[in-house]
Amino acid sequence: MDIELRNIHKRFGPVHANNDISVVFPAGRITGILGENGAGKSTLMKILSGYQPADRGDILVDGEASRFSSPEDAIEEGIGMLQQDPLDVGAFTTLENFVYGRPERVLPDWQAARKDLEEASAHLGFDLEAEAPVERMSIALRQQLEIVRLLALGVKALILDEPTTGISAEQKQTLFAALQQLAHRDGVIILLVSHKLEDVITLCDKVVVLRDGRRIGEEDMPAPGETDPATLEKIKSQLVHLMFGQELGPHVRLDVPLDKVVLQLDNLNLRDRRLQIENLNLSLRQGEVVGLAGLDNSGQGLTMRAICGLESVSSGRVLLEGEDMTNRSYRSFLHRGVVFGAAGRLEEGLIAGLTLTEHMALVRSERAVLDWPALESYTRDSLKHYDVRGEAEDRIEQLSGGNQQRVLMALLPANPQLLILEQPTRGLDVESARWIWQQLLERREGGTAILFSSAELDELVAYSDRILVFHAGRVHEVSDVAATTIDELGYLIGGEFKQV
Amino acid sequence: MNVEFLNTLASVVANATPLVIASIGETITERAGVINLSLNGSLIVTAMAGFIAARVISFGVDVDAIDMIASAEAGLIGGVLVAMLVGALVALIIALSSIELRLDQVTVGFILTLLMADLAQFLGQEYTRIPGPVVPKWPVPLLQDLPLLGPVFFQQNVLVYLSYILVIGLWFWLFRTRPGMAHRAIGERPEAAYARGTNVNRLRYVYVVLGGALVGVAGAAYSLHFKPGLSNPPAMQGDGWIALAIVIFGGWHPFRVVLGAWLFAALRAVSSDIQKNGLSVLGQTIEFNFVLLNGLPWLMLIVTLLLVSSGAIERLLLLLPGPVQRRMRSVLRSDPPRAIGTTFEVD
Repeated sequence: MDIELRNIHKRFGPVHANNDISVVFPAGRITGILGENGAGKSTLMKILSGYQPADRGDILVDGEASRFSSPEDAIEEGIGMLQQDPLDVGAFTTLENFVYGRPERVLPDWQAARKDLEEASAHLGFDLEAEAPVERMSIALRQQLEIVRLLALGVKALILDEPTTGISAEQKQTLFAALQQLAHRDGVIILLVSHKLEDVITLCDKVVVLRDGRRIGEEDMPAPGETDPATLEKIKSQLVHLMFGQELGPHVRLDVPLDKVVLQLDNLNLRDRRLQIENLNLSLRQGEVVGLAGLDNSGQGLTMRAICGLESVSSGRVLLEGEDMTNRSYRSFLHRGVVFGAAGRLEEGLIAGLTLTEHMALVRSERAVLDWPALESYTRDSLKHYDVRGEAEDRIEQLSGGNQQRVLMALLPANPQLLILEQPTRGLDVESARWIWQQLLERREGGTAILFSSAELDELVAYSDRILVFHAGRVHEVSDVAATTIDELGYLIGGEFKQV
Repeated sequence: MNVEFLNTLASVVANATPLVIASIGETITERAGVINLSLNGSLIVTAMAGFIAARVISFGVDVDAIDMIASAEAGLIGGVLVAMLVGALVALIIALSSIELRLDQVTVGFILTLLMADLAQFLGQEYTRIPGPVVPKWPVPLLQDLPLLGPVFFQQNVLVYLSYILVIGLWFWLFRTRPGMAHRAIGERPEAAYARGTNVNRLRYVYVVLGGALVGVAGAAYSLHFKPGLSNPPAMQGDGWIALAIVIFGGWHPFRVVLGAWLFAALRAVSSDIQKNGLSVLGQTIEFNFVLLNGLPWLMLIVTLLLVSSGAIERLLLLLPGPVQRRMRSVLRSDPPRAIGTTFEVD
């Protein structure tokens, strides 16, 4: 099967999300769709998989024009999409999810379905268990389930939306191996939507780059197993050039003098339901930036929350400028100039339903009776200063992720002692991320110490003075960040402490 | 076994029947992701409608007629059907307002429950405290002679048997059939249901209206048998709230829902027995404030909710061996349908 998109247009109000995009996806090839946030990748894929209609343009399947008005129609034509958060039912078992949506009779043939599921799972090297409840499965397993399910429905073109977010390196290998097998042996069309250069270079045969809703260009990728660093670097810079229209400049580390100790952790012991951290020691000085690396849920979140009173400390001490603050409330930390920013912007950091002015009032106003006109004009000024695309009276959830993060920056106090930030640039495009760091580094020059976690190695290496790598609650410190390599960090994150 | 004890059990099963039917109806609705909070009012208004319809069909419009010889069968069937229709209409208001108008389901349900109760009082005035047809006992041939089970379960009336069929039928539907999976999916994750070709909102209409119709049957079960006739205040006042609580207690699972309803009826029987005869243990009469006993079911509900939300049940599950664990999980799972109370829209 071949798929061709011809002159696809899609508008959302004033935004031209897809502007005259034409592209061909041949059978048996893995094509990467690359672009920064808002480039139009998701829109294009939603059109192709029946979740949204295009305003204009044609989808040709084997040369014949097709129109889909629902995802079911698209699957009928052999096109299925794996969403970033797999569209399964948590309360169902693996088998139930597999069966639901199949053209079965009122009483499904469970035995036959189970056999199909197990065979398909084994065929792709997956590890699916028919009776496992989906709500207790990892994202990686749920992806495997969706892939197996879609293929069983006869899908010949599989779209994957950012599938490597939230899965481990090992799980990624399993996934990529399965996708390569599907494309190159079974002739399936694979479309990988991603903003991760590494992933598209490793996996894809060809990469199509979108920018501002337009198709900017196309690059053939090197053969799998290409290790020559010069070749890889060259392709990377070509792709970056296509994505952003310019190459990323090298990051210059500011030479801020490190002053007195702000935070000291003294034999800290922490535990939550899943993991345990023993005897953590750390001292952080004014103007210092320490990055926390590791896979999700390796202990970074627990540590950051314990440091500012949001999780309890089992034993050991948290000292703030020499004063024992162990197990004090977040409020008392806040009074001392310690601010925590959670990864879940809308879940923990901001309050959906409140306007930007109301957010500002919560942090800036000390008075019982609010002076709305003053707050409003203050909010307008700071929106302008922080270059937020939004109005003072907008509700926070109406803003895009990047603008929400900017609002969070605007809400921070001007000169905090210590900023504890969980994945401060998660889900942001490179430009927004860089802007956020510019703001953070300005505060650092004023003497603020920063502790942040990130999933991006580049970001950790670019901004940290030291890096703490977490693996299942164990912590390893990388003190000479300039000399570290991706390999070293990769080993540490994977728990291979001995290899270093 | 003591005959008197078996009789007590039989009456517990009988008295629980309207609660079973109403909470099964509500389970159907909530499993589809919609909450019908009008239950208390719906029960009262359908009891009224069912009774009046049954009486009019059997004896004519004259409220003074006491011709009890007339065949009541047509009246009873007509009464139940009218009650179903009224229950379905109330539910249709909930469905329309939440699916079409995107109004808050809790608010609409609350208003309806108050409105329907008052409406029933007003429309039923003429028919209050007069006799009407009553659903007769109909022991099931063969089954009624089973030891123990026969006298408790199978010497009842048709409505009681209907409640058994509903419980087992709903379980089979939800957990064994393909349309049943779609039913659960629209209450859990409508986006996933849509992606599999399920028409979420149309199905929600179907299940909300069906659930409402069953609430109507429950209402008719009160006025045509278990608390015959109409009274002021209504005899089933408060039972709608209890049915809503039983659905939660039952973790949206038909088997646990029916257990909850029976347990509740049993506690009620015990408390009314103590009210009548006092409590005596080993020949000693114990002074007891029986009003406290009325609170017992609520205490039970709170303890259950605590067990569920503390994760104790989950930890208990993990102690069981794998295959047993899987079987028990669907019965013991106590999370509400995830999408309950939310609207679904294709973007």
